[in-house]
Amino acid sequence: RMKYFTRLRVKRIYEWRGAPIGFNRKLKTSEYGSLSIRVEGLPQTTVISAGQHILIEGDDDNNPYVARVLRLFADGRFQEPDKKAVVQWFVRVSEVPPSKLQLLGRVPHPQEVFLYEGRSCEDEVNAESVLRPVQVRHLDVAAPFPVSEDGDTFYVKLSWDSRTFRPVDPSLLAAVMRGAMATPASSRKPGAEAESLHSLTKLSASKCLSAKRRSATQRTPGVRKKLQLSSESSLLVFINQEVKPANRSSLCPQRTNRKPGRRDDVPLTPRSARRRESQSEMDSPPAGDDPSRVRAMRHQNKISGHLVTVENFSSEAGAAGSLSPGSLRGRGDSGPQNQRRPLTFSVFPAEPAAGGRRSRLGRNRDEEEEENGALRVSRRKSALKVSSRIRKQLNLLDGRLSSDEDEEEEEFVPSRKELQSSDEEEDDEGEEEDEELAAKKSRRSSSSHTKQKTRTPRKTPRKAGPITPRRHRHATPSIPNRAQPARRPGNILEEARARLHVSAVPESLPCREQEFQDIYSFVESKVLDGTGGCMYVSGVPGTGKTATVQEVMRCLQHAAEQDEIPPFVFIQINGMKMTDPHQAYAQILQKLTGQKATADHAAALLEKRFSNPASRKETTVLLVDELDLLWTRKQNVMYNLFDWPTRRHARLVVLAIANTMDLPERILINRVASRLGLTRMSFQPYSFKQLQQIVTSRLNKLKAFEDDALQLVSRKVAALSGDARRCLDICRRATEICERSAAGLVGMSHVMQALDEMFSSPYVAAIRSASTQEQLFLRAVIAEFRRLGLEEATFQQVLVQHQALCRVEGLQPVGVSEGLAVCRRLGACRLLLLEPSRLGVLQRLWLNVSQDDVLFALKAD
Amino acid sequence: MSKRKAKDAHLPIGECISQVHQILRKRFCHQQLPVKPEGVEAQHKHLAELLKRTAVHGESNSVLIVGPRGAGKTMLLRSVLRELSQETEVQKNLLQVHLNGLLQTDDRIALKEITRQLQLENVVGDKVFGSFAENLTFLLDALKKGDRSSSRPVLFVLDEFDLFAQHKNQTLLYNLFDVSQSAQAPVAVVGLTCRLDVLELLEKRVKSRFSHRQMYLLSKLTFPQYLERIRDQLSLPDDFPDGKFAQEWNAAVTTLCEDKSAEEVLQRHFNSSTDFRSLHMLLMLCLSRVSVARPSITPTDLLDASRFCLADANANMLHGLSILELCLIIAMKHLNDVYEGEPFNLQMVHNEFKKFLQRKSNSMYNFEQPIIMKAFEHLQQLELIRPADGASAKTQREFQLMRLMLDHSQIMEALQKYPQCPTDVKQWATSAFA
Repeated sequence: RMKYFTRLRVKRIYEWRGAPIGFNRKLKTSEYGSLSIRVEGLPQTTVISAGQHILIEGDDDNNPYVARVLRLFADGRFQEPDKKAVVQWFVRVSEVPPSKLQLLGRVPHPQEVFLYEGRSCEDEVNAESVLRPVQVRHLDVAAPFPVSEDGDTFYVKLSWDSRTFRPVDPSLLAAVMRGAMATPASSRKPGAEAESLHSLTKLSASKCLSAKRRSATQRTPGVRKKLQLSSESSLLVFINQEVKPANRSSLCPQRTNRKPGRRDDVPLTPRSARRRESQSEMDSPPAGDDPSRVRAMRHQNKISGHLVTVENFSSEAGAAGSLSPGSLRGRGDSGPQNQRRPLTFSVFPAEPAAGGRRSRLGRNRDEEEEENGALRVSRRKSALKVSSRIRKQLNLLDGRLSSDEDEEEEEFVPSRKELQSSDEEEDDEGEEEDEELAAKKSRRSSSSHTKQKTRTPRKTPRKAGPITPRRHRHATPSIPNRAQPARRPGNILEEARARLHVSAVPESLPCREQEFQDIYSFVESKVLDGTGGCMYVSGVPGTGKTATVQEVMRCLQHAAEQDEIPPFVFIQINGMKMTDPHQAYAQILQKLTGQKATADHAAALLEKRFSNPASRKETTVLLVDELDLLWTRKQNVMYNLFDWPTRRHARLVVLAIANTMDLPERILINRVASRLGLTRMSFQPYSFKQLQQIVTSRLNKLKAFEDDALQLVSRKVAALSGDARRCLDICRRATEICERSAAGLVGMSHVMQALDEMFSSPYVAAIRSASTQEQLFLRAVIAEFRRLGLEEATFQQVLVQHQALCRVEGLQPVGVSEGLAVCRRLGACRLLLLEPSRLGVLQRLWLNVSQDDVLFALKAD
Repeated sequence: MSKRKAKDAHLPIGECISQVHQILRKRFCHQQLPVKPEGVEAQHKHLAELLKRTAVHGESNSVLIVGPRGAGKTMLLRSVLRELSQETEVQKNLLQVHLNGLLQTDDRIALKEITRQLQLENVVGDKVFGSFAENLTFLLDALKKGDRSSSRPVLFVLDEFDLFAQHKNQTLLYNLFDVSQSAQAPVAVVGLTCRLDVLELLEKRVKSRFSHRQMYLLSKLTFPQYLERIRDQLSLPDDFPDGKFAQEWNAAVTTLCEDKSAEEVLQRHFNSSTDFRSLHMLLMLCLSRVSVARPSITPTDLLDASRFCLADANANMLHGLSILELCLIIAMKHLNDVYEGEPFNLQMVHNEFKKFLQRKSNSMYNFEQPIIMKAFEHLQQLELIRPADGASAKTQREFQLMRLMLDHSQIMEALQKYPQCPTDVKQWATSAFA
């Protein structure tokens, strides 16, 4: 295949040909007829003029973007005018999501392109991203593709608007072109930042195209490019207006770092906001109807969100985005050594190569170590500092880096070597390596700012003893897989049991329709309005609180995918699943951004995130389960959780779940309770009819239970607790009993037995099965209680009674030691409550069962 | 064939005795599992089915095995696991984590132990890395990643389950039960406890997540069954090298179990407790008396062993006291009689003792105050007396209020056996009036 040189290697020189054709005074743009491109050191010149088809530099060198030049102009607001081009985009086959390609109904031709009609795509690019002209030929829909003679001819048959393919009308092409010419300024954005960048505009288009592809395919050039460009562009916004596009490639990290103070002459309004404005100017459909744009904007929001963080914490080298493959995030790292990095490699799609290598490393770690024995010393040194074992192993792969790393961790000065290596991306392999490198870097930077900053690098390597490997920060925790597949349910009862397990996710949640609706509309309205709010959900355990909220969120996420509502982020924390209330901050932060931080640091980061007006435009929905566990003496965790939603720019919806209805009144201090607000919902315990319905709906017409049996269970549970879990557990147990008795249908007797097992008190049975002396002792306890008229006696007193009873029963009286042993046995199973045993004969004792129960149990003998 | 050969072999008597010791000690001390469950067949079946479903179908479960100490809870679980380990389908899949409430005294230690036993990625060698919070999220993530059909099921055995309920917030229990009730990696949580009120210890959310399966191991043993088991425990197996010796031994055991006096002793033990640990203790004492000279257990051995087992520790301690100390104890007993168990101090005891000396004593003389003091402190060291309350530190030694930790019957018993106890002291002890 053809190979194009990247700008990093080849210096192209772009020059206007001829005098400007027109000049717009207001916008200070001058129109040009054509542009000449010349590669430094080579004699040929290529001329690009309006109407020509061109290739625009993209992320993937093998597949640059295809477009048609509509007009060329220079942006004259700067000293050195910017060269710009307005283009009509074409979409390559590889940029269309595979799932959508099926709409085509045929195998696409490799050289086929589609006219892009999605409106969300920016059509203004930097002229310096133009690579060279190509041929694009329009073909009739029915016409066959000619045998492709060279790679520089593309064929258009259809247009693509990110949803459907439509045949291209040649006149439409012309109309598009005319329209663009007629309103040259309409697509211009007021700010200057976007214009200093090439092909930023492609961002939204390819974004939507590749959103799905990303998960399916590993290396998605389009995505990479887009992100890289956008983060680059955003970064540039913050850096300096004066950075000239021409020497952008020579922009060095030191420079960006040196001039942070100058960014205040740049408007800090997030670009996405402007984007939206400009877009609604350009075409004003309702905001929600264009999925690609919405998604693109969401994406950008994320990036700009990161950048804000970067800006705020530019002293800390760690505002790295998460590297999780599933979520697409730009990484706006700051810090000199990272400054360069995100410009070149900003995305980490799930890379099978790197991932595979990593896991292999995990397994054959020792072998690898043996292999790389020569590098051992330096490795060992670095191993003490790096935070993860796996990462260390990655470093070993290219040992040349390990020394650099040490250097870097001492001071955050980018090493020459590294800058070099970033420039060395020549072929795919090199790129891959670099990406790995970047992955390492981000991890290093995150760890270095959390932990290792304070460490003195001189000391650690000298530490004697074995290597102290750190846990791999990004290790994917998992339970090993089964050796053999799990067996499927074999008969009706087994099937019923599987469906009745509490863990089985039901298709719907019966009997909670009203609550579902209320929560749904609450969250939906907040998401639609872009405001924040709190809701408090209470109810006894097992009434479906968490299940309902999760179901609501599933539905809302589905709606967001269908573009019915704006996208939002849903995260949940659980008070019981953390070791300390303050860990809540760390968990929220990690789920939100993938960053790891200490609780205090996380609190600060979140505080900034939620109070900063320019951070994100995306609503966050936070589910806080077991809220009461987040209680601290000062209640600052709860205070913050409920205070953030009230911030103007936070766009945070908090759903808090706890058991007690009056929790706000009981344990919350006023300022917290007031912020929690009055939006409350309480889940009533299920009634027997509801429980019955729940079981029936789970069984889903599977005939495993007699109706009476089901009713008995639900009535019993409803009377006791109304806990749906209990109901399901009893039914499950009943199927087991039924199975053993070899009956086909679970009947009354089985259910009765299950109920008996679960609810009967063991005390009476325990007393009956106790030894003779133990029974006598209990009798003596009651006798002594009656004598004293108190529900308390000392062992010594009871012993006298016991010995007397022994004589009555014709048994040899027990000694003190033996009596104490009997007493302690009863105490161990809590039939008696005892004082600490060091008190000996003086210890006091109480009955833990009612006297009637004891007498009943003993009488039956 | 080799068996018959072995049966016919005649070993020297010393060899036989050492073999007997070896076999029986293994039974009594090493908690060797019985061949098949006895008396707990239903529970055994239930538990085996439950764990098998977890291993084979990936169904999550939780169960508590409740029973008094020595009822055979651990034995039940171990024999179920032994049975399951013979099935390859189970053995290949099931991961096991064994925790004990006495060892894992808080969730931090428990989590480290779990990750160590599961050999998760943050385990290197025998060490677990990461903070408590990290470990928790790590474990939860690991379990969350799994699903019913593809991950290996994990069996969590929580011995002394009630102690886990005392951990802060019951975080571990909540999370284990929560995993068992949600679509995550399949787990089976088996708790062993002797507390009947264990469910009341669980926090309501934890309780709701527990499946409420409880197995009670309450023995319903009758005395004939008990005797039968003793015979089984003492009998030698068929494959004993010396067949003739084994026959003789087994015959001796049968006669022992039928002996009237031996039966009485065993009945007394049975009345006191049906638990097997105490029985093993008794049989162990008998076994240790078996030698070449006395190649079988006789009823007298059993009687002696029983006496040893039931002996009163405090009464034995009194035998080692000096006469003075004994007198002080008697004086305390009288004070207790007079003041109905109210605490006393050294001065009161000394006065009581002096009264006795003045009135009745022929053999005893008065002692100096420091000597009395010394004797008194010795008694306190032996914990035969103890300070009545905590506020005693401020008061002077002589006036510190004390309580007697002995029952009257113990004192009288000790006096009976005390070597060369002066008669007047004995009389003083028995007389109602001091």
